[in-house]
Amino acid sequence: MSNTETVLASDGSSLKQSLARSLRRQKIRALLLIAPLLLFVLLTFIAPIVDMLFRSVENSIVQETLPTTVVELASWDAESGNPPSEAVFEALARDLKVAVASKSHTRLGSRLNYEQTGVSSLFRQTGRQIKKLDLEATPSFKDAFEKMNKRWLEPEVWTVLQAFSGKYTDGYFLAAADLTRGADGIEVVPEDEKIYFKLFLRTLQMSMTITIMCILLGYPIAFLLATLPLRSSNMLMILVLLPFWTSLLVRTSAWKVLLQQQGVINDFLVWAHIVADDNRLELINNVTGTVIAMTHILLPFMILPLFSVMKTIPPTYMRAAKSMGANDFTAFRRVYFPQSIPGIGAGSILVFILSIGYYITPEIVGGTKGVFISNRIAYHISSSLNWGLGAALGAILLVVVLALYWMYDKFVGIDNVKLG
Amino acid sequence: MKMKTLMLGGAAFAMTATAAMAEDMTIVSWGGAYSASQKAAYHDPYAAKEGVNIINDESSAEAVAKLRAMSEAGNTTWDVVDVVAADAIRLCDEGLAMEIDADTQLADAPDGTKASVDFGDLLVSECFIPQIVYSTTFGYRKDLVGATAPTSVCSVFDTAAYPGKRSLEKRPINNMEWALMCDGVAKADVYDVLATDEGQSRAFAKLDTIKDDVIWWSAGADTPQLLADGEVIMGSTYNGRLFALIEEQKQNVGMLWDGQVFDLDGWIIPAGLSDERKARALDYVKFATDTQRLADQAKYISYGPARASSAPLVGQHATLGIDMAPHMPTDPNNAKNTLLYNYGFWADYRDDIDAKFQAWLAK
Repeated sequence: MSNTETVLASDGSSLKQSLARSLRRQKIRALLLIAPLLLFVLLTFIAPIVDMLFRSVENSIVQETLPTTVVELASWDAESGNPPSEAVFEALARDLKVAVASKSHTRLGSRLNYEQTGVSSLFRQTGRQIKKLDLEATPSFKDAFEKMNKRWLEPEVWTVLQAFSGKYTDGYFLAAADLTRGADGIEVVPEDEKIYFKLFLRTLQMSMTITIMCILLGYPIAFLLATLPLRSSNMLMILVLLPFWTSLLVRTSAWKVLLQQQGVINDFLVWAHIVADDNRLELINNVTGTVIAMTHILLPFMILPLFSVMKTIPPTYMRAAKSMGANDFTAFRRVYFPQSIPGIGAGSILVFILSIGYYITPEIVGGTKGVFISNRIAYHISSSLNWGLGAALGAILLVVVLALYWMYDKFVGIDNVKLG
Repeated sequence: MKMKTLMLGGAAFAMTATAAMAEDMTIVSWGGAYSASQKAAYHDPYAAKEGVNIINDESSAEAVAKLRAMSEAGNTTWDVVDVVAADAIRLCDEGLAMEIDADTQLADAPDGTKASVDFGDLLVSECFIPQIVYSTTFGYRKDLVGATAPTSVCSVFDTAAYPGKRSLEKRPINNMEWALMCDGVAKADVYDVLATDEGQSRAFAKLDTIKDDVIWWSAGADTPQLLADGEVIMGSTYNGRLFALIEEQKQNVGMLWDGQVFDLDGWIIPAGLSDERKARALDYVKFATDTQRLADQAKYISYGPARASSAPLVGQHATLGIDMAPHMPTDPNNAKNTLLYNYGFWADYRDDIDAKFQAWLAK
């Protein structure tokens, strides 16, 4: 019944094949066209991110610096509470001799100091003394190390060395989740050192607040922009874009002048007898400061997608609704607002994701309660040099953002997002 | 690792453009009045003498991280870097700075004293060439502290006698020491106490008493600004910043020298420079840290020269014409009760105490 005869193209091959071939050719051409961009993104964006994320588990420094010690130490029983055997001490002496020549022992010391306070100076000190040690004329390496520093006989250092002797480690991720590897497996760090979970939560909460503030403030402006006559709306548009032409730091510092206790806003409120002089409002160096400054900075990212979506809503719809008896509010609520939702979606995603990664503004106006997880990441990258922990925090943040994006797609639908 | 090369290659590529010329020399420092003082005291005379073109880079605050990245990329574009002593120690530990032998590679004092003796205890790391002694200390608004001006660092913790906001640096270093000293710990025992969990809790408990009254700063310019605006009644910062605020900008601010913490700032030369560049860098450093040059810098900024032999040569401020000696943190009148930044202690405890400090701040 069905027509099974193959349809032939003009050159005699089957039409299906020929179609596939020409499609493939098209695809290759398209790929070649975007190849430079793809390569650029791969080299300058994806590769660094992958490399940075890899640092969160990478731990080859212990093996590379103390290759024989690690092997000898594997059989040591950390539970026993005794220092390891003479063979381990001898291996350590030989490894350190090599390490001192290339100065890698102090690097290892700083690495292990993240896990155990004091290892840094232990390695630096021992490194200085090991230079004088004659390997062939040492009767007992254990005694020699004891003489250099008593801490070598305590099991703590060795436990850390053993626990972190692998090529890869989960230590950074544990630390990033306020966990640590104690004597009986993984445990929560003491209350006075818990910080990262709190910061992640705060980052999400504050980003959410900033997004909502942006919607509340941005929606009326976008509505005005979309409905005003062209001349005045252009003027308004320039005002919206103006902040983009000013340096971020200048804008943030300007907020300092406005918001501080002896600042413009407080001075005005005191002058107007709204607040008492000795009871000035605290508007900066806290959550309020961060929310105000960041809402201001991110507002254009909400207004622009909203505006371009609203521009496409024909004004006739509202008129039609009104002609059928709806009052202004009902017409807006039932006809206009639902059509502007894709703009809210797009703006919210932009603002939310941008604010999650912000750090300069919170650093300047956030005080202690208004800083984000990104401030800690920046600290670990540029100040404490614990790049592994910084990478682990970054990886977690990336996963959280992707998960939120997935949830957003599931509940709102990414197809419902429009940039115009 | 291939990825590493890829990642840092991009950054390195951007930097090669600035480091191409042989007679160019990139010197990294802190910027602002400090860089200006170095330019006047060291760079300009050296450039005139040797005909090199000195490029100023103001990246000292991120110097350790950047040097590490450059070293991983295999392309170090900096020739001489100005860092605080704690960073110099870390750079030396990481193998990112080259070791210097003070006696053979630095200039002797005019009377023939060896450099190692002239610098003395200030040579805190094999890689570090000290330049200045600065201190972190307090300034207070004379009109806002009431009738009796504070004379002790413990006034910072006394909110009854001195109500109002104070600014402290957003890090544990210095603050923990002051807290313990004002909680009755003898100065000599501060670090023994701070090494214990109980001691750390004790310091936090003391800081807790003023936590609601503190504005935390992270840039040296913050406290002078906060003082000038009347946002705080007293605050800690570097003594040179306070000097500029009081003597140059004529603000109504007084110095509280009590309990000042000395720290050092100086040069390092990055490891792995080519022989030519290394020779040039060493030559520069030898010139810039000789007795006269170090004394010259004090004409422009109120930091004490690191050489003992420079102290008698400190003269008057270049534009203000005031004697600089009484404004030096090391002046006997100012240095009655001082602490020296404990490099060994903080190298070990920095990670641990900082984690606790940040958790405490976030509480």
